[in-house]
Amino acid sequence: MRFPTKLVQPWIEPGSRVLDLGCGDGTLLRQLSENIDIHGYGLEIDPYNITASIKQGINIIEQDLDKGLSNFADNSFDTVIMTQTLQAVRYPHLVINEMLRVGKQCIVAFPNFGHWRCRWYLNTRGKMPISKFMPYTWYDTPNIHFCTVKDFEELCGENNIELLNRRYVDHYNKSGSASRLWPNMFGVTAIYRITK
Amino acid sequence: MPTDANEQSVGLVTPITHHFEHDFELACGKILAGYDLVYETYGELNSERSNAILICHALSGNHHAAGFHSFDDKRPGWFDHYIGPGKPIDTNRFFVVALNNIGGCSGSTGPQSINPATGKRWGADFPGLRVRDWVKSQAELSDLLGIDVWAAIVGGSLGGMQALRWSLEYPERLKHCVVIASAMKLSAQNIAFNEVARKAIMSDPAFHDGNYLEHDTLPRDGLALARMVGHITYLSDEVLGSKFGRELRSGSFKMGQDEGVEFQIQSYLNYQGESFSGAFDANSYIRMTQALDFFDLAREYDNDPVAAFENAQCDFFAVSFTTDWRFSPERSQEMVQALMAAQKKISYVEIESKLGHDAFLLPNARYQEVFAAYMNRVHKSIKRKR
Repeated sequence: MRFPTKLVQPWIEPGSRVLDLGCGDGTLLRQLSENIDIHGYGLEIDPYNITASIKQGINIIEQDLDKGLSNFADNSFDTVIMTQTLQAVRYPHLVINEMLRVGKQCIVAFPNFGHWRCRWYLNTRGKMPISKFMPYTWYDTPNIHFCTVKDFEELCGENNIELLNRRYVDHYNKSGSASRLWPNMFGVTAIYRITK
Repeated sequence: MPTDANEQSVGLVTPITHHFEHDFELACGKILAGYDLVYETYGELNSERSNAILICHALSGNHHAAGFHSFDDKRPGWFDHYIGPGKPIDTNRFFVVALNNIGGCSGSTGPQSINPATGKRWGADFPGLRVRDWVKSQAELSDLLGIDVWAAIVGGSLGGMQALRWSLEYPERLKHCVVIASAMKLSAQNIAFNEVARKAIMSDPAFHDGNYLEHDTLPRDGLALARMVGHITYLSDEVLGSKFGRELRSGSFKMGQDEGVEFQIQSYLNYQGESFSGAFDANSYIRMTQALDFFDLAREYDNDPVAAFENAQCDFFAVSFTTDWRFSPERSQEMVQALMAAQKKISYVEIESKLGHDAFLLPNARYQEVFAAYMNRVHKSIKRKR
């Protein structure tokens, strides 16, 4: 599932330096370079996605996020993005700390496990939710650390991470009034702009 | 040429020798009064002269990168898995040039050539070479062929160092730099292996301080030993184990040493060493390994590779292989890091392989796929220019 570029583009300075962690097939970076002329690199580990990114013409570096970002200097990027990858890393809090070290600002987007459908699924069926957005079974999923909007904000609070902006969107990537009023219940995807 | 050499082969090719008349000043300050380069080409140069790919060879390489020299040829050129119609370096799209470097022994001016000043073979007196000398002679070959800008310069191992040097010396003359299983400089361990190899050659009684040709002999044992050491370092422990194990070729453990026990790996290394010692020149091997040892991309930029790469204008593509311990993925990652810090366009992949350093020459599905994807991008960038 591709992440819509329009959800993050307004938060990124045209012409700036961007690092995209877990960049998938590179579509987001390609669109950002085409639309606002950013200079970017994507980090990815999946061979299929790496080849797809090469085809898209973006700068793709094969690198395992779980091994850290120690090869990047402090503040060496204007923006570090991570969309739909937070839940797949071994230690999300360490990756977020590293992002905040390397980037002047960071954008994190993740599926909200607190969404009512997840709660309903777990409540009524007593099984881990499977949906279009979370299509894996519990034993073969790359997603090992699902969290909710509340969990994420608590983590930010504990680590003195400043929340600059937040957005919650529904299945159609639209921000409806319900998700604005009660994001932890109605937001399917949560998107945060954060800094140290 | 095997009769089943398929439509993915460039087929029969003939090397071309060009003699450059003018003096060629080497980095060491010595001058070659004219020099020869031997090269091969595959595919067609387009009318805009924008689809040319230069292939830089590794340590013991030469100009014969793809195809066959005759119908009796059993083996194709050294990079044949990756050059040909429909292969990653697709000769339906690209005009490919591969050459034998100066100092080699496959026809380009080297230690076996006649020194015009003395009328005798150069032998040990052949001047010391640097990677930049090769790059400069390759630039002269580009001029000869009317290629102002290479669509890509591709090299593995020592060839990758040449491609890197190109990006700094002639930044406006290449659009893409493809660096495979290479590094910005050798490690001390690498230099140590090269020194062992050179010592093996020089300790051969037939070496005669490098003037063996005048003595009508060859330091075959020394060269074979040098190659055996090199060969071990180009393979991984795993591939040696899976290919040869501890199988015996002759003798038995029961009879022990009295019977002359030989492991399969011993027999293999001896064969590799002997065949190499008949085909390669000892002085060339020494000169080439010295150039390899000396190469340091950033030395004249205050040892700062980021500052060095700031001069480059091309896009980069780097590939490493997981079990390559001679040019490990870490060496490629250092380069990638410097390129990113210099804000250059760089893509990097690490290919899973059991084959050690030699993996860069051999078939590998993922390597073929990403290499083809990148070369496709090179091809697109040519079309955009039109």
